[in-house]
Amino acid sequence: MSEYVLETKNLGISFGGLKAAQDVNIRIKKNQLYGLIGPNGAGKTTIFNLLTCVYKPTTGTFYLDGEEMKGQTPHRINQKGIARTFQNIRLFNNMTVVRNVMVGLHNNPEYKCSVLESVLRLPRHFKMEKAMRERAKELLRIFDLEQERNSLACNLPYGKQRKLEIARALATNPKLLLLDEPAAGMNPHETEDLARTIRFIRDHFDMTILLIEHDMGFVSELCDELTVLSFGTVLAQGDTKDVLQDPEVIKAYIGG
Amino acid sequence: MRIGKFKLNHYINYIVIGILTLVLSVMTFTGSRFDNSLLFLLEKMAISIILAVSLSLVVGFLGELSLGHAGFMCVGAYLGGKVAVLLAPALGNGILTLLISLLAGAAVAALCGVIIGIPALRLRGDYLAIVTLAFGEIVKSLFMNSSDESFGGTLGLDTPRFDKKYLFIIAFVLVLITLAVVQNYIRSKHGRAVTAIRDNEIAARATGINVTKYKLLTFILSAAFAGIAGVLYSFSNYTVQSIKFGYNYSIEILVMVVLGGMGNINGSIVAAALITWLNTWLPTKLTGDLAVLQNLLYALILIVIVIYNNAPALKSFRDRYNLGNLINKVLKPKADPSHIKDDKAKWDVVPTKISMDEILSIDMKQQSGPDPEQKGGKR
Repeated sequence: MSEYVLETKNLGISFGGLKAAQDVNIRIKKNQLYGLIGPNGAGKTTIFNLLTCVYKPTTGTFYLDGEEMKGQTPHRINQKGIARTFQNIRLFNNMTVVRNVMVGLHNNPEYKCSVLESVLRLPRHFKMEKAMRERAKELLRIFDLEQERNSLACNLPYGKQRKLEIARALATNPKLLLLDEPAAGMNPHETEDLARTIRFIRDHFDMTILLIEHDMGFVSELCDELTVLSFGTVLAQGDTKDVLQDPEVIKAYIGG
Repeated sequence: MRIGKFKLNHYINYIVIGILTLVLSVMTFTGSRFDNSLLFLLEKMAISIILAVSLSLVVGFLGELSLGHAGFMCVGAYLGGKVAVLLAPALGNGILTLLISLLAGAAVAALCGVIIGIPALRLRGDYLAIVTLAFGEIVKSLFMNSSDESFGGTLGLDTPRFDKKYLFIIAFVLVLITLAVVQNYIRSKHGRAVTAIRDNEIAARATGINVTKYKLLTFILSAAFAGIAGVLYSFSNYTVQSIKFGYNYSIEILVMVVLGGMGNINGSIVAAALITWLNTWLPTKLTGDLAVLQNLLYALILIVIVIYNNAPALKSFRDRYNLGNLINKVLKPKADPSHIKDDKAKWDVVPTKISMDEILSIDMKQQSGPDPEQKGGKR
């Protein structure tokens, strides 16, 4: 067990000559709300893709709870304990809300049920289905989505789709939750609500959260620590307050 | 619709096919003789239904296009037929031979599913379609060029004569088994994973679904049932000729699935039965010079069905004469829309609305009411 839930060491990737991320060192302690910010094209989502093994890093490596995670497949990394949401929402659109969450519960050892047990409709299948549905409902209740549980995911309004994506990620029982611009496209009221929900997740599930966000108000209110990326390199790192007053950071955002 | 905990919609296909099988088998055993051509048609329908349901697993639920379904059927037909030929002298033309052949056919087809599936499922969409198409053609030519002693070459493989009287019953029992396996698979957490992959593969991966495993499993299951259909075909036809299993046949199965609606098993069943019937009935009606019209009519009927199923202008008509709605109306008159009107009428007297207004007006009175008096008093 390491002190840090997530630790990246000189993590970097280049596509041909383009260095999309370079020497990124991030350390996130347990139960921390960590922010990853930077101008457009700074490589924030690339970092997420590296952490979920969608991309293979060209340099460096990263550790989850002290265990090296480099070279895993995306579904293994999820089973190991890193769950994510996407910048452009990716739900299972033709499935109901509750089923979206139940897919998240798929790998949970509590609800294990083999293909044979399901096909033969042994009692275990019914027991597990019921237990999964109950658990999914519980999760939906946290996100205030229980009313809509039987409507198709694609019919939900935008804000609720974002919430559903977080609920689905949480259902996989992760150690680290990666949120890619959770507040994008939300109105101020929804953003406030989301901030409350994220804090609740952190406290209630004892979760460690790394989030990308452009809304500075949201970030400064929510995050304990920040890393600022610019053109793939780390510009500043540390306490939220200090980082946001760093002249380099202000320059990168406003220009000059 | 539900009767207690029992969801009728989930089981309607078992019930319909089960009753049909029961009635026909009782008629057979009590001595009514069926026309041989009718028996043959029933067997063919059962084979088509198994093929369509198993293909809909890949096309409708996994969302991958497979054009090699006839290839898997071909493997099943030849291997099952061969096993039957080898076993028939020892075990006779009985049910035991049939069962062992069925298992052998399904197993070999499933094995082909693995061999094709592992490399092919790394591909997607059109590329997978082309690989499976090639597989079908390769299998066809392999059997066509086999030696006379092994699989009969161009002349085809002659299979033992199984009693026609009972074969269709076995065929329908196999349809029921196929349905049970496919539907139970789809309506479980594993089926949910499969539909999740269809809806959004990247998200499914990120949610921890082992995409390769489920794609392969679904592909194998589908291939195994195609193999079973193939064995049935070889028993029903007495002879297996590889020329039958060209890509045209694969596409015909695909047409059944598409016509029935992607991911709609009941639709696939109806479409499979309908197309099989059409393909045997049309040639009997159109003979001589009119035979040219067969394909034209077939195409026209397909086009009409597709338009009927999708045209927005026909939506109200479809809803009114929807089979499910009609069944609900017969079985459960309360589902009739006229009863919903009563609810609408009650909506006007929903107490909360009125009391809300009353509360507001009381507030207004309290605020504005005493004021003039006070003011009056002051004056």
